[in-house]
Amino acid sequence: MTTAIAEKPIAELAAEYGLKPDEYAVILDRLGREPNLVELGVFSVMWSEHCSYKSSRAHLRKLPTSGPKVIQGPGENAGVVDIGDGQACVFKMESHNHPSFIEPYQGAATGVGGIMRDVFTMGARPIALLNALRFGDPSHPKTKRLLSGVVSGIGGYGNCVGVPTVGGETNFHRGYDGNILVNAMCVGLADADKIFYSAAPSAGLPVVYFGSKTGRDGIHGATMASAEFDEGSEEKRPTVQVGDPFAEKLLIEATLELMASGAVAAIQDMGAAGLTSSSVEMAGKGGVGIELDLDAVPQREEGMSAYEMMLSESQERMLAILKPGREADGQRIFEKWGLDAATIGKTTDTGRIVLRHKGEVVCDLPLAPLSDDAPLYHRPYVTPDGHPRLDPGKVPAPKDWGQALITLMSCPDVASKRWIWEQYDRHVMADTVEDSSTGCDAGIVRVHGTKKALAVTSDCTPRYVQTDAFEGGKQAVAEAWRNLTAAGADPIAVTDNLNFGNPERPEIMGQIVGAIEGMAEACRALDFPVVSGNVSLYNETNGQAIPPTPTIGAVGLIPDYDQRMGFHGLKAGDALVLIGDTAGELGSSLYLRELFGREDGEPPRVDLVKERRNGDFVRGLIRAGKLTACHDLSDGGLACAAAEVALASNVGVTLNATSDQHAHPYLFGEDQGRYLVGTRDAEGLLAAAKAAGVHAIVCGQAGGEAVASKDLFSVPLNDLRAANEGWLPGYMS
Amino acid sequence: MKAAVVVFPGSNCDRDCKVAVERSTGAPVEMVWHQETTLPAGVDLIVLPGGFSYGDYLRCGAIAALSPIMPAVKDAADRGVAVLGICNGFQMLCEAGMLPGALLRNAGLKYVCKPVELDVTNAQTRFTAAYGSKRRVRMTQGNGDGNYFADAETLDRIEGEGQVVFRYVDNPNGSARDIAGIVSARGNVLGMMPHPDRAFEPELGSADGADLFRSVMASA
Repeated sequence: MTTAIAEKPIAELAAEYGLKPDEYAVILDRLGREPNLVELGVFSVMWSEHCSYKSSRAHLRKLPTSGPKVIQGPGENAGVVDIGDGQACVFKMESHNHPSFIEPYQGAATGVGGIMRDVFTMGARPIALLNALRFGDPSHPKTKRLLSGVVSGIGGYGNCVGVPTVGGETNFHRGYDGNILVNAMCVGLADADKIFYSAAPSAGLPVVYFGSKTGRDGIHGATMASAEFDEGSEEKRPTVQVGDPFAEKLLIEATLELMASGAVAAIQDMGAAGLTSSSVEMAGKGGVGIELDLDAVPQREEGMSAYEMMLSESQERMLAILKPGREADGQRIFEKWGLDAATIGKTTDTGRIVLRHKGEVVCDLPLAPLSDDAPLYHRPYVTPDGHPRLDPGKVPAPKDWGQALITLMSCPDVASKRWIWEQYDRHVMADTVEDSSTGCDAGIVRVHGTKKALAVTSDCTPRYVQTDAFEGGKQAVAEAWRNLTAAGADPIAVTDNLNFGNPERPEIMGQIVGAIEGMAEACRALDFPVVSGNVSLYNETNGQAIPPTPTIGAVGLIPDYDQRMGFHGLKAGDALVLIGDTAGELGSSLYLRELFGREDGEPPRVDLVKERRNGDFVRGLIRAGKLTACHDLSDGGLACAAAEVALASNVGVTLNATSDQHAHPYLFGEDQGRYLVGTRDAEGLLAAAKAAGVHAIVCGQAGGEAVASKDLFSVPLNDLRAANEGWLPGYMS
Repeated sequence: MKAAVVVFPGSNCDRDCKVAVERSTGAPVEMVWHQETTLPAGVDLIVLPGGFSYGDYLRCGAIAALSPIMPAVKDAADRGVAVLGICNGFQMLCEAGMLPGALLRNAGLKYVCKPVELDVTNAQTRFTAAYGSKRRVRMTQGNGDGNYFADAETLDRIEGEGQVVFRYVDNPNGSARDIAGIVSARGNVLGMMPHPDRAFEPELGSADGADLFRSVMASA
């Protein structure tokens, strides 16, 4: 490979590495000469979409990123928020879409590994994982294999490292046939005054490499992740990294021990673009220079070139800048954990990155242009025509109401994902109090040794974003906020994982801009800042883009985990109260898609003022111990929410809707800002709602062994459970 | 009263075991690095924790069974000190020959994480005495290689000798005769796949594991 590359003219290679002619011209101008191969490699990965956010950066600035609880917003490895008592929560979500499509097991496994490194690099012990997965249509020939591989990869990595996977979501749609989405989120816990950053503080400090050896895997992974797919995509398998969770576990322990020893001045994991991005970012952010001796890099294979070492994305590697005279501390800790380690260079005051290999200087670049002159595109965009609102009166009613409920509860998006989450260790660390199995709108883990707990969720409804990017972006944020609220948490902050197609197409760029602006509006209205994130573009195959999918990960704090809330505690005799306004919005609803094959109509709009008012009201009820169950209303509306509460609580429910009403918009509409709650004191609740200016009605009661609505339908719980639990194992068998 | 938890590279339930013992019994717990060759003096319980020791390379628990600390663990067991192996720790005990049988790949070939109901089939052991008349307990399990196997003669023998301590009510992994946990002939070494160290407080879904730790510390 190196020989073939070396024979090509550099300008031609630049194009192959994804650099546009004008980008290459900037490089020539700043260097005053042609870059050599290594230098070209450094520029091409640093300026890739994956590393530079060149298409999205201008719009990401619209997101609110600060707030009283924000310790560190976007720009570091992960976001950091204050959770009181001198403690901080560190979290981020990141995609591993392209590699997971090419090689699902390793792609997903290394996605989990990468996001954990982002979190412990900041000084936090990872305490919870989530994943948001989108696959193609279940009937697509690749879907089953991809699903199986991705789930095994996530479990294989997270289970071994020993961090519980407590939540997530899985959707299926033909729009993901050619590009699946694997978005992994990690949440960590740190002392607020012991957060570690990547900026090198001064010149003359040792640069220490530790972790696994560098091999030839994942070379140019970041570039691959910044391009569309075509028929030849599977030939890109060599660009996928291979993970070793055992090495990651050792790396976590060694890193946290090294930090505790006081030896670390700055630290950065080697993720996308490996040694290149870690060294460039550490020196660049610190305003210093860096010199590396590549002969000292621990290598897994013989005869690796400088180019290969700098571009390798071998996993489980860290780069640390140590305080003066502390190398022995490092050595002792690395030996204890059996990790390879070497001092491979030092920081300088030159503002340049200089690499030496076999006695020669193989790269000598000024650092400033790598970041300051990174391309920034204001790409043209068009806002697609919105869909008109559907008049609920004109959407047909189901022919068989009971069957309609069963269809929705067993459709791939709503059906139980037990087959998936039973492959994830949800209980290691012995602090998980709610997870995917328990019936709660968020995963909840205790803050070890305290009464506090963190609630975590990930959300996006791509079909809404598809028909209205702005409203869809808004809704994703609002739903995350709502889920945390329904679990009894005070929502704190957001991480976003923006998955879209090719931004060079104006209609895709329009989706990106719309979704970000919608997210920004919701984040502002809900005081829910974005503290970290990741952008994954070019999720296209042969010109077919994925449905726009801005996944929102979010974290909230529960002051006392005994005050957490789920929807598994409903008891016979409890009243069911519907909180929030219902107009019966069926545009872009699950009902429309699953029963009538239609994906049109304006999605339900989020009224952010009501969202906040309703949520604050519900949270107050939870804290006051007034509720027996609480579930947000989302896919499938009231009917599906009631069915989910009934299944989780193992008690029947009867809703009040009757056949002489126009009931299907009421039962299946997806109006936002709503909660279904169980209570023993409906009168008191309604009075409190009235006083708070919140719309609330008694919509049914718990009891019996069926999910029913007056004379409309009655589906035995057992049938409903069989339908809900049966789809995925049946599909995978 | 004192307990020790051995920490192997790749152990990931070491802290869970320490916290479970401390909160269940109040006994202090020392962590012992796998490269030590001696145990703290006066230890009444040694816990081999769950996880993926040495990455589970070769076979689960196989390398840990040969680690520097293990001769001291065996000596202690021979002296009658209680040894508890949970999940990966159970695999180590079988690999080390301290318990009969082996743990194979789960019958479904997948990692399975789920709560399990267990029958306490012998409440006369040092580990189960606190269960008294309680014959049904709940814990959670999470493993890929939890399928207990031994030849029929061994199974007959351990059943006959009362060495089978826990059985699954609904076998999640294909274990022979629904076996979830066994003790040594002398009764002081317990290996089990379900996690009492994840079931010691009600908010974790069950506090039934706490009684196991209370039993064994009270027996010291």
